Amino acid sequence: MDYRDLLTELTQQHGISICKAEEMHPDEVYIWVESRDLRAAAAFMNKRLRAPVSMLFAQDRKLRNEGFVVYCVFLSSQMKKWLFLCAPISAGDPRFDSLSCVVYSAALFEREIREMFGIESVNSTDIRRIRLHEEVWPQGRFPLRKDFKEEGGAVPSQVHYGFTRVEGEGVFEVPVGPVHAGVIGPGHFRFSSAGEPIINLEIRLGFTHRGVEKLFEGRHHDAAALAGCVAGDSAVSHAVSFCHALEKIYKVPVPVRGRYIRAICLELERLYNHANDIGGIAVDVGFTFPSAFCAIIKETVQSLNRELFNHRFLKGVLCCGGVTRDIDDERMRLLNSTLKAVRRDLGELKEMLFSSVSFIDRVDTTGILRRKTAEDLGVTGVAARASGLPVDLRKDFNDIYEIARFRIAQESSGDVLARLRVRISEFEESMRLIDEFAHNMPSGPVRAEGFSPQAGCALGYTEGWRGPVLYWIETDPSGAIDRCKIVDPSFLNWQGLAYCVLGEIIPDFPVCNKSFDLSYSGSDL
Amino acid sequence: MITILKNRMLKGVLTKKIAWAEPRVYETAGAELKALIAKKFGRSLNIREVDAGSCAACESEIIACSNPVYDIQRFGINFVASPRHADCLLVTGPVSKNMVLALKSTYDAMPGPKFVITLGDCAFDGGPFKGSYYIEHGAGSIVPVSLHIPGCPPDPETIINSLLNFMKI
Repeated sequence: MDYRDLLTELTQQHGISICKAEEMHPDEVYIWVESRDLRAAAAFMNKRLRAPVSMLFAQDRKLRNEGFVVYCVFLSSQMKKWLFLCAPISAGDPRFDSLSCVVYSAALFEREIREMFGIESVNSTDIRRIRLHEEVWPQGRFPLRKDFKEEGGAVPSQVHYGFTRVEGEGVFEVPVGPVHAGVIGPGHFRFSSAGEPIINLEIRLGFTHRGVEKLFEGRHHDAAALAGCVAGDSAVSHAVSFCHALEKIYKVPVPVRGRYIRAICLELERLYNHANDIGGIAVDVGFTFPSAFCAIIKETVQSLNRELFNHRFLKGVLCCGGVTRDIDDERMRLLNSTLKAVRRDLGELKEMLFSSVSFIDRVDTTGILRRKTAEDLGVTGVAARASGLPVDLRKDFNDIYEIARFRIAQESSGDVLARLRVRISEFEESMRLIDEFAHNMPSGPVRAEGFSPQAGCALGYTEGWRGPVLYWIETDPSGAIDRCKIVDPSFLNWQGLAYCVLGEIIPDFPVCNKSFDLSYSGSDL
Repeated sequence: MITILKNRMLKGVLTKKIAWAEPRVYETAGAELKALIAKKFGRSLNIREVDAGSCAACESEIIACSNPVYDIQRFGINFVASPRHADCLLVTGPVSKNMVLALKSTYDAMPGPKFVITLGDCAFDGGPFKGSYYIEHGAGSIVPVSLHIPGCPPDPETIINSLLNFMKI
């Protein structure tokens, strides 16, 4: 299939006129349509590609006297391309027809565009704000607009955030958060329950909103450090995506060895986080020994990170053009010997977990997320693979992984056990991949020297340990960032969590939550 | 069960001896508070942690303090689930506008005598998020801070060293 066939079909069968279609990069196609056709075009792409909306975001081009542009991004893993539907929106009357009534995965993004830009999505069912809480932020102030100025003394909006209410005899609500009992990020969970089972769970996030997208504006390639702080446990994935986008714009060829070291960093990040999650799932059903065992594995990998790259979370390793630090032979030996020990520990861990009947009983058929639901919500990453969706950017785009014969981990039952199994097989696969990478890695420089900042736009992407991390960046002629849109897999996956706990009991919520292990800061930006 | 017992024996004790190092901290506690801490808290400290907009790396390191390798509990330091049980509030993150109220309420819910420690560069002055429209200028503008532990994030050894040094346990 070629994207031009799709365009022909779109024009001839659906009567949608395409203003312009350009291939900005080998893997990105920008298709310009009128704003009134955006909804029909998105519905067509969603059906035809069988792909949810990966990103939907707006850009303010008022400084160029153009108004707004809304981009709707789909991934075609068959064509190995990202398809951007772009629609200009007039600045005087900023609105477009809501996509969420035909493509549900667009719903959260529409709310985001409305609060950040003041662009209305006509007929959308949910218009509540996500991040700029009504209690502290006034109405009518849109931080991502170019003419936004910070002013003090504004009165918070008087609009009340309405939680979905479940009514009926014996129904009660359990509000939890934003400050939780454990050492964990802030979020508000509201359970509606009758007797034991959960009837509805509503998750209100945004507590860790720090205005990251705005902070990127005007910055240059040095903002890679900031990208590492968007979500601390995904420091590498975010920095890789950020650098990838800028490298595409600046046309910097990353040396092969640099790309291998990036891949090793990504897999090390996956290792320590998956170890943490496996332990978390065990402790949330009260099985503490494996949890302590996992904490030791995590500590081993993080100490290794420090030995190799001088940082336990690998912050500061990535830079535009490659990586800041090479792995010499001595460190490579340390990497190999540590992984050997970790592999032995994982074997023991698996035996401990899977030989315990009471443990399996708790996680089997708990928190089922059906394939269809996952597809509709646009759930990605580990959670999607556990529900039977074969999505992984590592298999679609990356030749380094292809050479190492990457195998995707997949389960079909969509319960906590499936997510646990996916994590364990990814853990094993990551260790194998690091071995392969270390073996395949050529010698040479790890960083491209000298590049010329220029104008352009590009999508940077990578498969982080939670799922795909996407950075869309546009730069001005001086090479400074004009707009940076970030999508962390947590943003869409939180909805998956809200669905999978329905019918479960509240005490099972922690284990369902841990099996997704989503980021508050990545989702809140 | 056999696997658990076997691994318990094989792994042995992994807990590290914490090497004593004078930590790089910013202390603003007066002599009065220090005397009070020495008198009232003795050799124990119960900490309530609040994430006020951090990237979760600081949380990860705080959790790591309780793992078998660092085992902060052997020094009498506990992380508790409720502010009502806490002597000390540990704040991470630049304090986003949405967390101001929650942070204040948590502090108010703690019984006295109490004090606040900030952890990580963001909590000091906003760190990498300085200048954003949606953050306060560090936790110090919301609650009175007695000690700051710098780092992005500080590693478990630094955290333990700083706390022990502050408490003189």
